Amino acid sequence: MRPGRTSAFPALAGLTLASMAALFAACLLGSTPMEAERVLAALLGRGGAGDQLVVVHIRLPRALTAFAVGAALGASGAALQGLLRNPLAEPGVLGVSAVASLGATGALYYGFAALSAWAMPTAAIAGALAGTGLIALAALRTASAVTLILIGVGLSSFAGAAMNLLMNLAPNPFSLADMVNWMLGSVANRSFLDLAFAAPFLVVGLVILFTARRGLSALTLGEEAASGVGLNLARQRLLVVLGTGFATGAAVALAGVIGFVGIVAPHIVRPLVDHDPARSLLPSALLAGLILVLADIGVRLVPTVSELKLGVVAALIGAPAFIWIAMQRRTVHD
Amino acid sequence: MTFSQTGSGLQVSGLTLEAGGTVLVEDASFSLRAGELVALLGPNGAGKTTLLRGAIGLAARSAGQARIDGRDTAEMPPRWRARLLAYLPQNRPLAWPNPVRDVVALGRFSHGAALGRLRGADRDAVERALAACDLDELAGRSTATLSGGELARVHCARAFAAEAPLLIADEPVAELDPYHQFRVMDLIRAFVDAGGGALVVLHDVMLARRYSTRLIWMKDGRIVADGPPAETLTATRLAEIYGVRGRVEGARVEIEGPL
Repeated sequence: MRPGRTSAFPALAGLTLASMAALFAACLLGSTPMEAERVLAALLGRGGAGDQLVVVHIRLPRALTAFAVGAALGASGAALQGLLRNPLAEPGVLGVSAVASLGATGALYYGFAALSAWAMPTAAIAGALAGTGLIALAALRTASAVTLILIGVGLSSFAGAAMNLLMNLAPNPFSLADMVNWMLGSVANRSFLDLAFAAPFLVVGLVILFTARRGLSALTLGEEAASGVGLNLARQRLLVVLGTGFATGAAVALAGVIGFVGIVAPHIVRPLVDHDPARSLLPSALLAGLILVLADIGVRLVPTVSELKLGVVAALIGAPAFIWIAMQRRTVHD
Repeated sequence: MTFSQTGSGLQVSGLTLEAGGTVLVEDASFSLRAGELVALLGPNGAGKTTLLRGAIGLAARSAGQARIDGRDTAEMPPRWRARLLAYLPQNRPLAWPNPVRDVVALGRFSHGAALGRLRGADRDAVERALAACDLDELAGRSTATLSGGELARVHCARAFAAEAPLLIADEPVAELDPYHQFRVMDLIRAFVDAGGGALVVLHDVMLARRYSTRLIWMKDGRIVADGPPAETLTATRLAEIYGVRGRVEGARVEIEGPL
């Protein structure tokens, strides 16, 4: 390795290949048994119309949704960790996902979701931006990540209570079931149409985060020194708030709340990219996407009466990982 | 070390900074030119850090100006300002256990350098800064494994890598053992000898006497004296500024105790 040229390329190439393999594997699963050759043929636009319908219009969008949601959360987590200089920052932990989810549930409750396909992503993103903006405002006042995470706990609790209120007042059992499904987090039965409505926001969010990535490296030095080396701090904060707001909002609009993947993926990636927040962004997105595709395969392989929800499984695995990462921290100065 | 020059250096005039109705710095004026190593001295709470932050344009001022080559630092785009003036703040946290070379490379942020893909001038500047601070051997080490003295050199190298003509360092030798205090001051003096201009906050009067071409004395938010050590460093001044009893005989300074 030449000095000053530690590349993220091997990690990126490996993650891309693994992601493609996982997406293909996800397309093999479903109620109709189908061999790999038939699935591959259908994906390549050959094979019978029935196969195409099943593989391209039912299985592929579900797998792609899982990947997109993971990518959005992975990149958001990595960016928030860079901005707040703490490995425990993540849209879920900071309450951003919960507020986005409140927006989405509100859209369901008031029936906006039935009126327009844009209502759901818009409401979720508005919630995500409100949550991220509040956290960023709080970050102006305190350098303590603990305080920020506590504010996130408060945000989550408030959003949870408000969602419970909406469920409490639900006019009929159908809208109640809709909302519960949302809160548990799932990518089952997603179509290309769902993806299409969330994709523009997701892409805009990711693009914003990637344009802001060099500033995340500078923040390694702390805000004061980062300003000193030429970082426009206010602009950096705004970009990360907007980017994570759009990406997380789009993810929540697609799948509801999926927690912790935004912590776990960057944590694994960081040592591979010399702990540089900028270089961790893309591999974190790929790895989080891969993790969710694999988790969604797992959800379908576990023989349970009703299918497990992806969000439930993600939290069951992710929360202990979060606790473990938190217990590894020995710093006294935050 | 190589860097571009500024014609006039940093010119600060009539700087006043307030916070919550309290005046922290009042009507402060000073200059910093190439070839000068200026020590900013004063007791805790005198307003030294506030003055520096105001001069750099990082803290909001209620009056006054700070110009480099005629342009006010508060109105310059941050990246432009960073190419003229490197800043080593008092608190120097490192959020992640990055390799030393990457931390030093952050000094090139204003030149558009991205970690992991340093090229041309950026790579050369980083290598020069690493060499100047004797960090070649440590370049690949994680900063989490370094001692306080080694870290201090890393921060100096980070500041030098910008190759800005001016350097402002807030207590660069705090918490260092005597050997490393000399070491860091030697690095700053080398920067000045190469044509840079440095303003350094120090608490050690003997160190300031030994290294500085000029001393700026601050108390209660005001600059009370500004001049060469031989003229401004006196027993009376030590009593006035710090409330200590001291003896000054030529280049020898001895602080005997509180008044």
